[in-house]
Amino acid sequence: MSEGIKDKVAIIGMGCTKFGERWDKSEEDLIIEAYTEALDDAGIEPRDIDAAWFGSCFDEINVGKSSLPLATTLKLGFKPVTRVENFCATGTEAFRGACYAVASGACDIAIAVGAEKLKDTGFGGLPEFSSVLGTKNRFIFPNITAPGAFAMLATAYFEKYGLSYEEGKSILAKVSVKSHKNGLLNKKAHLRKEITVDDVLKAPIIASPLGLFDCSGVSDGAAVAIITRADIAKEYTKNPIFVKALQISVSDGAEYMHNKWDGTTIPTTVNAAKRAYVEAGIKNPRSEIDLMELHDCFSITELVTYEDLGISERGRAGEDVESGFFDLDGKIPSQTDGGLKCFGHPIAASGLRMIYEVYKQLQGKAGKRQVKNAHVGLTHNIGGFPAMSITSVAIFGND
Amino acid sequence: MSGIVAIDCHIPFYRISKKAIFDAWGWFDSSKVGSAKGELAFANYDEDSLTMGVNAALSCLGRLNSKSIDRLYFATATSPYVEPKNTAIMSAALDLNEDVVSVDMGGLISSSSALIAANDAVESGLSKMTLVCSADKRNAKPADGLEYLFGHAAFAMVVGENDTIADIEHVFSYSGGFLGYRRTQEDEYPKSWEERWIRDEGYLNHIVKSVNKTVEKMGVSLSDFSKVIYACPDKRTYSAIAKKLRISSEQLEDPLLDKIGYTGNPHTFVMLENALRKAKPNDKIMLVNFSSGVDIVTFDVTERIDKNRLPDIDKLLDTKQIIDNYTKFANLCGKIEQEKGPRGEVAKSAVSVLWRERKTILGLYGSKCKKCGTKVYPPQHVCINPSCGAIDEMEDYRFAEDTGKLFTYTVDNLAFEHNPPAMYGIVDFDNGGRYWFDITDCSPEELRVGMPVKMSFRKKFYDKPRGLYGYFWKAVPIR
Repeated sequence: MSEGIKDKVAIIGMGCTKFGERWDKSEEDLIIEAYTEALDDAGIEPRDIDAAWFGSCFDEINVGKSSLPLATTLKLGFKPVTRVENFCATGTEAFRGACYAVASGACDIAIAVGAEKLKDTGFGGLPEFSSVLGTKNRFIFPNITAPGAFAMLATAYFEKYGLSYEEGKSILAKVSVKSHKNGLLNKKAHLRKEITVDDVLKAPIIASPLGLFDCSGVSDGAAVAIITRADIAKEYTKNPIFVKALQISVSDGAEYMHNKWDGTTIPTTVNAAKRAYVEAGIKNPRSEIDLMELHDCFSITELVTYEDLGISERGRAGEDVESGFFDLDGKIPSQTDGGLKCFGHPIAASGLRMIYEVYKQLQGKAGKRQVKNAHVGLTHNIGGFPAMSITSVAIFGND
Repeated sequence: MSGIVAIDCHIPFYRISKKAIFDAWGWFDSSKVGSAKGELAFANYDEDSLTMGVNAALSCLGRLNSKSIDRLYFATATSPYVEPKNTAIMSAALDLNEDVVSVDMGGLISSSSALIAANDAVESGLSKMTLVCSADKRNAKPADGLEYLFGHAAFAMVVGENDTIADIEHVFSYSGGFLGYRRTQEDEYPKSWEERWIRDEGYLNHIVKSVNKTVEKMGVSLSDFSKVIYACPDKRTYSAIAKKLRISSEQLEDPLLDKIGYTGNPHTFVMLENALRKAKPNDKIMLVNFSSGVDIVTFDVTERIDKNRLPDIDKLLDTKQIIDNYTKFANLCGKIEQEKGPRGEVAKSAVSVLWRERKTILGLYGSKCKKCGTKVYPPQHVCINPSCGAIDEMEDYRFAEDTGKLFTYTVDNLAFEHNPPAMYGIVDFDNGGRYWFDITDCSPEELRVGMPVKMSFRKKFYDKPRGLYGYFWKAVPIR
């Protein structure tokens, strides 16, 4: 394996808007809201920025393609701006681009911006995939939605581990209840309401077995990260957060085209995590990681991810959920900001929003949600579907 | 000599109870209370004459090699496409040879014309095996009395020289120029005339006259036939014809009017299949088709008749879901359109992609790795098997006839589905290969991991602004 980018880059500033149905705010408003917070946090001026990476996903049917929407919003004086898109993993892709630019020496300061105005697409839930999956796939793909694609993960998981519908639903419910508890403590979260297991079980079914409370919020929002070289980071802030690992894995289609996959795991998470642990030098993730922000687009995704990351044993993540292992006061608090579930999921902003929470936690600035003695945090960002996915796993440290 | 080598039919899964039609329209026309008994078979929204024809043909071809078919005749009064040929799409779906002679035949009744043409082709030696296929999805206008009559179905038959189960003995055609039901290209629904005109002058007189003429020409007696098959819009006329021709009840075949309704072009052929299942060697069967004129075909059942070679029509008739909801029936038939919302909008289809990928899309062709044997859909350049990875070592492999099992699935309430809820899942093919498919003709309660499924040719979407049907394959439960 190549030497990687461990300890080569550091985050010196971040910003994140309140997520939600921000009908009165445009994409430019949201970007500027997150951008100015990040500039203040890092204490830099726009002229200090060498390059920008812009992540937007469904904005092709919203603000438009290319890097121009960001460039014209920020007016960085004809500096390089690159637009990236990798479905729901777009935010981390923008971050990756900026990190690689700094790590390579091409830039001293780069920024990553992720923004999404889902509420301008006219859909409850994500927009139709039929227009974005390619002209050929339109003829041959099933009538798929995000909840449906992830629901199939739950169907296979329940079947493999012999869980009845009720047993499976009740484990998943506890995943959501925990995130709602955390979301309540977060002023920037979209959904701030405590819920009970009973609420989850009684909610309308979106795509069986997943109900309304098994699904993340569909939101508007933006997030920004400012990255610089690790060796000069302390010139800007006294507590930079260092990138320990940044890995991405992309499915080759084997999951839905080859008979080997058992449908109870997301192979790209397993692959990205394996490489990230090597890059960060983590031997035992269950004891070495202090907090996690996972891609809990649906409750089942979070459950399976605990296993895919090697935190819980196969088929036994439910036991960890039941024991409170992932609660705010548990061994590895997860979704401390409410996760996609409650913070909301403006696609391209989500990966950066996860990093924002880990960054704040590792700096000790997470307020009521502060995890004690947090030194190592992990973010996990999936794009696509369990059967064809893009996953990034990033690990951060404060020393 | 030419004859029937194989025959099968497709009866849609749904039935509307005629009582539900009366419940919806009885306030308007209470005189139809007597018609409100029994059921009509009707096609799901994702079926049309073309797809039903393909599915009937797939069942019919069964053990036969589709590459041995040299002609395809498709007869329907309800063509999905006016341009181009429907048989061009059907050939691709059925994986027929590219040089097959394919002919679209229109009008009511063209199914017997197709049979007569097939007989001519085989008799003359121009064809070894002709696939005759016919389907209709005729709808009656809401509240029209015909609404209690029309059903949907399809049949397919291979006509050939060898290995026949029933030989075609005589063919007669009487062109009467009778104007019964009429529908112009602008009409959505057929127009009628006084019922007695159609019943008495039309069906009764035309059928009786031409049957009498036929037996006279053949120099036989009608009692020499073990079955005389004809269709009528009502049971009373059906009996009146039998009475006039002195046809015994043993010689009659169930007209299926209360089971599937009158299905137009394929109707008498569905009855013929039923008759063949009960037939013995040397039985004579007469098939009579009436619309504006009369076609009569007589068959001699051969020694090779074997009910194992014939579809179990009773099972097909019993495989059904009864709908008691007139609105749902009228909507699935296309008589009432619902507001589909933004998720129901169809994105622009690329016609050139459909043409280039026709083998993949219409033929359900994937590929098989010549190095390791791994099968994959859609076709790939690089082998999907991680321990192989061979590049461009693929041969074509068709999945359409393969059965499979549902490996995982969901019932999706968010996806727009014309006939909700949307159901889809990942299918593991029994002969290898895996792909994800929409599931149709299925109740959510039936779904389970491991459920056996087969492929059914369906209309996945209709891109109206581009005038394009998105035909593809869906999974249906094997029942």
